Amino acid sequence: MGVIVGKNTRAIVQGITGTQGSFHTRLMLNYGTEIKAGVTPGRGGQQVCGVPVYDTVEEAAKVQDVDASIIFVPARFAANAAFESIENGLKTVVVVTEHIPVKESIQIIARAKRRGTTVVGPNTPGIIVPGECKLGIMPGHIFQQGVVGVASRSGTLTYEIAAGLTSAGLGQSTCIGLGGDPIVALGFVDTLKMFRDDKQTKAVVLIGEIGGNLEELAADFVSTEGYEKPVVSFIAGRTAPSGKRMGHAGAIIMGKAGTAKGKIEAFKQAGVDVAEKPGDVAKILIERLRK
Amino acid sequence: MRLHEYEAKEILSRYEIRIPEGGLATSLSRVREIATELHPPLMVKAQVLVSGRGKAGGILFANSPSEAETVAKRLLGAEIKASKVRFLLVEEKLSVKRELYFGVTVDRSNQCYVAMASSTGGMEIEEVAVAMPEKIIRFLIHPLDGFHSHDAVEIARKLGYSNGPRLKLAAILGKLYQVAMDYDGELVEMNPLVETVSGDFVAADARLIVDNNALYRHPELEKRLREQRTEASVLEMKARQKGLAYVKLEGNVGVIGNGAGLVMATLDTIQLHGGKPANFLDVGGGASMAKVAAALDIVFSDPEVSTIFVNILGGITRCDEVAKGILMKRKRSGFVKPIVIRLVGTNEEEGRRVLREAGVPVMDSMEDAAEKAVELAIRRG
Repeated sequence: MGVIVGKNTRAIVQGITGTQGSFHTRLMLNYGTEIKAGVTPGRGGQQVCGVPVYDTVEEAAKVQDVDASIIFVPARFAANAAFESIENGLKTVVVVTEHIPVKESIQIIARAKRRGTTVVGPNTPGIIVPGECKLGIMPGHIFQQGVVGVASRSGTLTYEIAAGLTSAGLGQSTCIGLGGDPIVALGFVDTLKMFRDDKQTKAVVLIGEIGGNLEELAADFVSTEGYEKPVVSFIAGRTAPSGKRMGHAGAIIMGKAGTAKGKIEAFKQAGVDVAEKPGDVAKILIERLRK
Repeated sequence: MRLHEYEAKEILSRYEIRIPEGGLATSLSRVREIATELHPPLMVKAQVLVSGRGKAGGILFANSPSEAETVAKRLLGAEIKASKVRFLLVEEKLSVKRELYFGVTVDRSNQCYVAMASSTGGMEIEEVAVAMPEKIIRFLIHPLDGFHSHDAVEIARKLGYSNGPRLKLAAILGKLYQVAMDYDGELVEMNPLVETVSGDFVAADARLIVDNNALYRHPELEKRLREQRTEASVLEMKARQKGLAYVKLEGNVGVIGNGAGLVMATLDTIQLHGGKPANFLDVGGGASMAKVAAALDIVFSDPEVSTIFVNILGGITRCDEVAKGILMKRKRSGFVKPIVIRLVGTNEEEGRRVLREAGVPVMDSMEDAAEKAVELAIRRG
């Protein structure tokens, strides 16, 4: 059992007929994810990897028993795609699409809150419960079932750290990509709460980066509420200059706000371990779990 | 995308927000022409996209058209914080009764827009936030409710205004919010918004940063960003054209990787080993060999770079494609500088085979590879 998704998740792929959509549908099916339907307006009646395609989410949800969606729709149309899934009552919506304007992301998140939908992203590699469900674009073979909950603002860096955990014999309960945008639906505090309540999760890894204050909020949460499971973090961007966007739209230091230094200090003060290098995360975690 | 002051002011004035009398000049004769039609005292403001322009000497004063020309001469073509001055805004200096701050920006942790106001106009709002946070009025705009005139009136009241002036101010704040929405503003601010001695409210300085992801809705701005040479270096321009995320830094170890987080962590690791990264370059997910070769072109052509570190962890990116891109670059112009390659992940066996057969060594640990790259860079000096 993972958080947000699991072996009972039955998903729709929005934008299934596109290059990314069809490619990752195949990989998700290979991983064992139950993909029940695809949606691309105007392509209803077709099939992709044996998955039936519908024109709208409404139609797909009428015919198929589904509770989640993953979106590969181009940025200009992605917000509408998300609204469609939210308004049709899906429980989980994973927005992989990058470059969605902030104005739309704000609307997606507000509408999801109103309807009680959990949104992951935007600009996320998705979410994986190793061995059960992969609703995302991450390479599945890196991950292994286990007890570490991972939440991250970055894709490849998550793979780097997860691969390190796996080869150290530390499997993962769930890995959640929060997304690289300035505005994302889930923060570290949300995921800390989920992992706290999840029985399988025995330890948590938070992978942060410069920009915004999700890490500071998490540090604040840990120090005010306390956290029984060990938490280890890594923050990327110690060498990043102020005022420059480092690849991700959300990875930008504004004046003196959002620096790696500030985040590292906040975590340390809250008693959260901070790894110096990605490879150190597994080492620290093994020590913490031994205690 | 950050707009120049004059562009931001043009937009505000289209929304009927008052801006000082003045005009834009690119030559001294034009400065004089504009100044002749204005009432002194005057301000001559360098149009450069750097913060702290005033302190860096980018804003000068003049009491006559000829004096305006004299100070303009000092500014035009000069460099303010490494940014060349090509345009000057010549304006009437306002007679200030009070300086306010008004802004609308994105609140990342509350996932909404926020309207901000303060009676400390003229200071950087970030500094005010640190030194006297109580001076800033923050109103979170609920995305499903929007921003209403009532909200604006309340903000004006908290600034100490009543009756007519309060409504006048509230209307300006409402318009500023409209600008933020219509132009996909990450930040729109008037700092200061001046209350003049005669009781008008005038945007003495304005800043507008447009969400790059929304530029498709603003083709005129998108076009300018593509052509804009003032704020980006040649390498940055080249990278932008190739769809690569590139940031020039000050060291000598050139870095190429896939994924923003991984590349940032690579830069950090280089520094931990005593090296200095020369750049950030993210080829993105699923890069083609042509894109990898283009990335190598950019980093190789940077004269400051003495060693190159390629760090790839293939997810959607395929290692064989990266390997072919590396060889494509070598065939085109050779490796004139040492290169350290770390290549793991999707199709790793094929990628390594291709490189091995071509005599290019490959490593598999990011940390070992970073250490080696730093060592080579130090040896080359």
